[in-house]
Amino acid sequence: MEVVLFAVLAFVAILAALLVVAHRHPVYSALSLVVTMLCIAFLFLLLRSEFLWVIQITVYAGAVMVLFLFVIMLLDLRREERPWHLPEGRLQVGLGVLLALALLAELAVVAVAVRAPASAGAFPPAVVAARGNAQLLGRLLYTEYVLPFELTSVILLVAIVGAIVMAKKRFE
Amino acid sequence: MLAFLVTALVKIVVVFGCLMLAVAYMTWVERKVVGDIQVRLGPNRVGPFGLLQPIADGIKLLCKEDLVPRGADRVIFLLAPALSLTPALISFAVIPFGDTTTLFGLLSTPLDMRITDINVGVLYIFAVSSLGVYGIVLAGWSSNSKYALLGGLRSSAQMISYELSMGLSIIGVVMWAGSLSLVDIVRAQGRVWFIVPQILGFCIFFCCALAETNRAPFDLPEAETELVAGFHVEYSSMKFAMFFMAEYANMITASALATTLFLGGWRGPWLPPVVWFLLKVFAFLYVFIWLRATLPRFRYDQLMAFGWKRLLPLALLNLALTGALMVWWS
Amino acid sequence: MAVPLPAYLALGAVLFAIGVVGVATRRNVLIIFMSVELMMNAVNLTFVAFASFFQALDGQIFVFFILVVAAAEVAVGLAIIYAIFRHRETVDVTDMNLMKG
Repeated sequence: MEVVLFAVLAFVAILAALLVVAHRHPVYSALSLVVTMLCIAFLFLLLRSEFLWVIQITVYAGAVMVLFLFVIMLLDLRREERPWHLPEGRLQVGLGVLLALALLAELAVVAVAVRAPASAGAFPPAVVAARGNAQLLGRLLYTEYVLPFELTSVILLVAIVGAIVMAKKRFE
Repeated sequence: MLAFLVTALVKIVVVFGCLMLAVAYMTWVERKVVGDIQVRLGPNRVGPFGLLQPIADGIKLLCKEDLVPRGADRVIFLLAPALSLTPALISFAVIPFGDTTTLFGLLSTPLDMRITDINVGVLYIFAVSSLGVYGIVLAGWSSNSKYALLGGLRSSAQMISYELSMGLSIIGVVMWAGSLSLVDIVRAQGRVWFIVPQILGFCIFFCCALAETNRAPFDLPEAETELVAGFHVEYSSMKFAMFFMAEYANMITASALATTLFLGGWRGPWLPPVVWFLLKVFAFLYVFIWLRATLPRFRYDQLMAFGWKRLLPLALLNLALTGALMVWWS
Repeated sequence: MAVPLPAYLALGAVLFAIGVVGVATRRNVLIIFMSVELMMNAVNLTFVAFASFFQALDGQIFVFFILVVAAAEVAVGLAIIYAIFRHRETVDVTDMNLMKG
């Protein structure tokens, strides 16, 4: 059952990701990215992290992508005639392919050699299910990771101020 | 496993059917109540007391010509109403209608009067309602009409702005209940309903619910006299009907959420829990309709200023006060 | 039968690779930005997969932070793109090759 769900979600995610990169119309690219993010959200659910499932849908699919769509619609972008900028010259293409194959080999070695550890970690599924994923994440966030938490709030403040300044700025 | 699937499927069909019926008859209730407030009768020709009016409206809308404007993006034009209606309906998956019951002893295993219970239920409803923005913004853009685009962008900007305050206003309730699950929140309201300690949060939530569902007085982006009816100006027939079904379904969801979080859900003395739930939801729906008939609508800049400059700081204040109260009390 | 960890890692790697192709190949700066988001999502998936299989929650905390930073970055990045568009009337990166404003 889990394998079937994973296979379907993986297939749809890869298809949608290909559409993001390959489609000529920016709005369709954005909508395909929304589909990809929804698939990844459901994969989070499959990996038993319910909190990240809802947060991914709320923040990424529900806010960030709406922002992308707003900008695409405000800039009135249409279907593009020359979407791609492919490299010319055999040296460029050859080097690119070589590096890509090297990266693929490295990733394959890691993916095959990795093993889940023999001993259980600090949060086996039973403990997480008993206490609640969101509750445990909240506890960790405010105890062990409180400094990065405060720093991200500063980052958000900087982003808000920066976006407002950029939107108000007039090139005189 | 099979029994679980069958019960889940039956529950889904029953809830979906009741919801669609409720949405259809909400139109009748609205027209009757608004007529009553405006000292006139409302629909009373089609069937006794006009009760068959929604059916007549449905048949009329189905028989209308289905137009797709020239230059409109066909795929997205077709998809937008569905994208608007679906999130409104799937929010009902986590709302508890009643306590665990055995239907007066008819069933051998107790039946949970809800479709399911997720331990992040409150966040699930927010996730789903944030997806509801897509239907509107895509409808506005795909219509290839400047009025539709402006209406769609305004409406979705309004919805995103008020989502923020809505989420913050609910955190007080979550703090009191100690859980994000809606079933736990209803259980925690045994002694006192959360509207009493969270009166500020309730007021903020209700204002935000009005803005989220694009209801008066926050209905500028879709009013008939503004921007030629906004994002659904180019829609006709069943697709137009789907937008309105989505709006009424959103209203019912917001009322059900307000009931569950602030008014004790299905709790109440000697009547069956489901009846209490329906009465409370209907009370909220009546207030929605009452506000529509009574208040003038906000101008767009007033609307956005209200959401960002008044409700958001108030919601943060509510959060701080709740935290202080909880620390002082324990 | 459960899904093994290498399956999730492979999916993350494929999505990341598609994102890299998007960043390297497309002309429209918004599509490039979306491909960067795709890469970040692939990394999120890898983090959560490791968190689940190693039975620790640190991976999920990191995803939380990546999500926040990505949202902030999108806000500022789109504001910059909008400002550039207002000035140059184009979103084609091959036309944005002068540092002079």
